[in-house]
Amino acid sequence: MARTKIAQRSIDQATLTRVSRRELLKLTPLLVLGAFAIPSFQESLLKKGLGFSDWASARLFRGGHLAPTFADSEVTPFEKFPINDYDVDDPGVIFENWSLTVGGLVQKPGEYRLPQIQSLPRIRQNTRHVCVEGWDVIGRFGGARLSDFLAMIGADTSARFIAVSCADDYYETLDMATALHPQTLLCYEMYDQPLTREHGAPLRLNIPTKIGYKQAKYLTELKVTNVVNKVGYWEDQGYSSFYGL
Amino acid sequence: MSSTSFEIVRAKGDETESVGRVVYEHPFVVRLCHWLNAISLFVMVGSGLQIFRAFPSFGAKIPQKDLLNWPKTFAIGGWLGGALQWHLTFMWIYMATGLVYVGYELFSGNYRQVLFTHRDIPGVWPMIRHYFFFGPKPPQREAYNSLQKHAYTSAIALGILSVLTGLAIWRPVQFSWLAWFVGGFHWARLWHFLVMWAILAFVFGHLIMVVLHGWNNFVSMLTGWKKDPEY
Repeated sequence: MARTKIAQRSIDQATLTRVSRRELLKLTPLLVLGAFAIPSFQESLLKKGLGFSDWASARLFRGGHLAPTFADSEVTPFEKFPINDYDVDDPGVIFENWSLTVGGLVQKPGEYRLPQIQSLPRIRQNTRHVCVEGWDVIGRFGGARLSDFLAMIGADTSARFIAVSCADDYYETLDMATALHPQTLLCYEMYDQPLTREHGAPLRLNIPTKIGYKQAKYLTELKVTNVVNKVGYWEDQGYSSFYGL
Repeated sequence: MSSTSFEIVRAKGDETESVGRVVYEHPFVVRLCHWLNAISLFVMVGSGLQIFRAFPSFGAKIPQKDLLNWPKTFAIGGWLGGALQWHLTFMWIYMATGLVYVGYELFSGNYRQVLFTHRDIPGVWPMIRHYFFFGPKPPQREAYNSLQKHAYTSAIALGILSVLTGLAIWRPVQFSWLAWFVGGFHWARLWHFLVMWAILAFVFGHLIMVVLHGWNNFVSMLTGWKKDPEY
């Protein structure tokens, strides 16, 4: 449908100038985005933007929706499962002495040893592990459902967060909805073998609905809490707090 | 949709004289979305490239074979954490702008002057021949010629693809159906990267055309009014 010209109308030059200027001024709200270029505003604006993304992500999370699982043939070979750490590959955990210190809003706080965790039903799953850097691998993980462990310790599941600390001073928090998700594991096995030192022995988190950095290794402490001051090692440097996949 | 062409007049003694013609080409919403998109696309590409630098490969992690080493100076964010903040903040502006623009075009009927349809196919080659191979200039009867319609329609399609593939990368579990649709997590990442280059190719061509078509044409995307239109 071609445009057709109607009979020529006329506009006074001064009017055209005035109208053009007004139309240009209508665009000035765009300059608000310039705040992102001003150093003193930039950090807080970006933090708010990321916070909004996290809020939207939390709204999108469905506790009943499972992460894809894979056949054994699709699992990445163990030697090709990368090891990322922020400090050391092996923080020197002494397994004979190891226990998980449980505290916070729970009925049965105290020290929990690996056999107690291993007495809970063992789940094995082939799931995708996604690193924030952009790579991913499919791993074979085994462990107890975190939700089963939370029941064992009499956790208050109306609380908002699980906070974990690690032997290498790494730390993370997990929203309760994700903690209760059926695929969230207190993982003590990889590829049907006990966790190796580099992969977080004796206990780590395996959370197929979360980005890799949330899946803390070398767990030493677990707390159920409503208050979180430090979200996680990477989050406190500016990464996303929720980062559900 | 018809447009009114105005004669610009000014007083000359007791009479008026014509100093040219002008046409109102771009409604406010179109102009606002255009510049919002220009800004947010700039940030999305810049921060996206910084994110890409964290793992510049579409193969395995072990062994890692980098596809290309994009320099940090031509990226936004400084490091992966910073780049993600920019990318995950501006994506909302980018998506909202796209929705407003497409919604406005459909609702106002304005899309008819810019949407590429089968009727535009015959006009594409003469326009390419004119732009690139010194062919004769085809007569212009409408606001956008066939090649322009092709470019602008493709740009919208690419924008939509960039969002769909981006969402599949960002939420491969919650949007698992979308991830499946684009071919899985690895393909989502690759398509997202390729679509970005296609968008950049469009932007490159678009900027050249803007320069070639002169000041009055550029001003029309600021004020909406185009002096001395070709039609």
